[in-house]
Amino acid sequence: MILNKIQDFLTLDMLKSGGKAIIMEILDTNISIKLIEMGCLPGETVLVRMTAIGKDPIAIEVSGNLIALRRSEARSIRVKPVDE
Amino acid sequence: MSKGIKIALIGNPNTGKSTLFNALTGLKQKTGNFPGVTIEKSTGHFTLEDGTIVEITDLPGSYSLFPKSLDETIPFKVLIDPAHPQRPDLVLFIADASNLKRNLVLLSQLIDLKVPIILALNMIDQAKAKGVQIDITCMEEKFGMPIVPISARKNIGIDNLLHQISLGGKVSAQSFTFDGQTEIEDLRLLQTSLGVTTRYNALLHLHHGFTNKTTKPDHKAALDKFRSNNLFDSGTRQRDDLLNRYKLISAILSGCIKEADTSAFKRRQEKIDAILTHKFWGYIIFFAVLFLIFQSLFSLADYPMKAIIASFNWLSERLEQAIPGGALNDLVSNGILPGLSGILVFIPQIAFLSMFIAIMEDTGYLARVAFIMDRTMRRFGLNGKSVVPLISGTACAVPAIMATRNIENRKSRLITILVTPLMSCSARLPVYILLVGLAVPNRTVLGIFNLQGLALMGLYVLGFVAAIAAATVFKILIKSKIKQYFILELPVYRLPNLNTVAITVVNKVKAFLFQAGKIIVAISIILWFLASYGPPGAFRKVEEKYAAIKPVDEAQKHSLALSEKTEKLQNSFAGDLGKAIEPVIRPLGFDWKIGIALITSFAAREVFVGTISTLYGLEGEGSDFNQLRANMLKSRDPVTHRKIYSFATIVSLLIFYAFAMQCMSTLAVTYKETASLKWTMVQLFYMTGAAYVFSLLIYQLLPVATRLF
Repeated sequence: MILNKIQDFLTLDMLKSGGKAIIMEILDTNISIKLIEMGCLPGETVLVRMTAIGKDPIAIEVSGNLIALRRSEARSIRVKPVDE
Repeated sequence: MSKGIKIALIGNPNTGKSTLFNALTGLKQKTGNFPGVTIEKSTGHFTLEDGTIVEITDLPGSYSLFPKSLDETIPFKVLIDPAHPQRPDLVLFIADASNLKRNLVLLSQLIDLKVPIILALNMIDQAKAKGVQIDITCMEEKFGMPIVPISARKNIGIDNLLHQISLGGKVSAQSFTFDGQTEIEDLRLLQTSLGVTTRYNALLHLHHGFTNKTTKPDHKAALDKFRSNNLFDSGTRQRDDLLNRYKLISAILSGCIKEADTSAFKRRQEKIDAILTHKFWGYIIFFAVLFLIFQSLFSLADYPMKAIIASFNWLSERLEQAIPGGALNDLVSNGILPGLSGILVFIPQIAFLSMFIAIMEDTGYLARVAFIMDRTMRRFGLNGKSVVPLISGTACAVPAIMATRNIENRKSRLITILVTPLMSCSARLPVYILLVGLAVPNRTVLGIFNLQGLALMGLYVLGFVAAIAAATVFKILIKSKIKQYFILELPVYRLPNLNTVAITVVNKVKAFLFQAGKIIVAISIILWFLASYGPPGAFRKVEEKYAAIKPVDEAQKHSLALSEKTEKLQNSFAGDLGKAIEPVIRPLGFDWKIGIALITSFAAREVFVGTISTLYGLEGEGSDFNQLRANMLKSRDPVTHRKIYSFATIVSLLIFYAFAMQCMSTLAVTYKETASLKWTMVQLFYMTGAAYVFSLLIYQLLPVATRLF
């Protein structure tokens, strides 16, 4: 039960490099528009491909695109991890 | 008289839009700005088989018609404003064949505006190589428009595309508009009161309306009424609109496209990324690349630059002999020609820098640089993409400021433009060398370090620190309405397309020549006038004085000519200006002769050396620094008899040259790039203000400090 609740609050910035997850929702509307336009939308699988020094910015692979974003922006993407 | 049509080229970023534009138009291109904004506009021409002349506009790459940055408002404005000069008869939509789902979201918005469209599926060769299968007939049916698979790089399918252009495209009957049933009536009413052709057009007005100053009052009232009646929340609407489009497009595409397993392709890309964005090697590689750019700006560009200067000197000597002496001769050989050479001399550096940046951008590396440098640059209100302009500024601020075009984030771009001229450019170098030689002994310390070299390096560090400090201040001062974020696509690595690179270089050089060049020539002529004319009374006295002396031999004739030149400059308008500003610059330790040099430096900083040489009775730039330094050190204040070039004065002068904005070329480029007199003036005054304050502090406090220690 507790574990489920923690998962509900998992955001993309918490994922390690190589981590995979499904996008649940994007909390910030303004950022969500930009992200959705670039192919990063709820329901898609996202993979953290690499991170810069200090884990910021991060680069994610989603619907065939590689997108760099800052940690602060990744924090507004709620995700559900996928186990391989 | 053959008829002409207008085409707009629209598509996502990184779809090969510029490559197609170049393939269609070649060098028949013009760059300028869109009316009222600083976004670069490229238009070009080509002729169809039937003789129709096509004017094509390359619109900024954009992911949707919703505006987030200034660039992205342009496709919308061009498309919906019936009075817009670039309003197209036909939209040429370009999409990356391997990434259709995302690309077609923007297309679906254009479809809802009911404009005639042709869809070009670019990089079809790569999609095929990856194993993606696209059923073109199925797509044409579903999207209701002609579709042409092409490869702009390899010139595949271009003939077919031209044929389709001559057929005029098609208005698709499809609709992707997503609006609630209850408001359709309201939306229709709005559509009528705005006088637009589609509901989606009216909807886009609702999203854009607040930014549009030209909105008519009755239109504004209609928009406001709709907004309040339907609790219009632009953000959520945009999000839902996009999500709905994705859903519809996915459904269509799944029937027409067979996706392939691209993991082999991806693995190769990942391997390159693993090296280029490596937490250690990534930086080493980046600094190596910078070193290469830096080297070529300094050394490689040096040969053509010297050749340009030499040929202009030769030309002006020839002209001086060819046309009869007098004002016209002097204007041409000392006013216009140096002005022209002052512009042309920048071309090698601009060409080299824009070549490197075009290659970095075309290969996808520039986006990786932004990725690895963003964290560091962010603290100072800059972003990852500010690095290259800043470093290039150590060669010359002019091409560096032109290189800020890649920064999408407006605030970061503006800050980068404002602070780049603080980086020590190569024009400061002769001034630094002359002055450091005066103040710092040529001695070796700690075994290997040359003291003068250390001082010179210190000045470069000072420039960098000043740029970062200024950026931090601007970060706080500049308010931005548009939310700043750093969401950046890292495009697929590709080999650079030499054609695209070459055309970019030519266009950058052309843009500089014709836009900044005009201002530079104009100011050069003004400076020439100030330095070669003076109030008639004083000037005639000098001329009469020298006319009266009959030289005994050639040597004396030469030295007389030199001292006449010196006295004329002292009595010119520039000399008067120098004397006029003396009370202002006295507290910095500068006399009126330095004042003259400060004024003429506005043509280019290195002119300081030439002016000082003339003032101290030596021949122009060619004279040797040691003789000049000796003359400078001998000079004393006529009233106080104190040395003019005291240590404090020299340091103060160095600080002044490090900070002050004394370069008309940079100002001209800043004005061109920001399209704002306000920010150009901000740059002029903040830099010169800082120069004044710090030189004042140094000159006043240095003697106190040396007495204390």
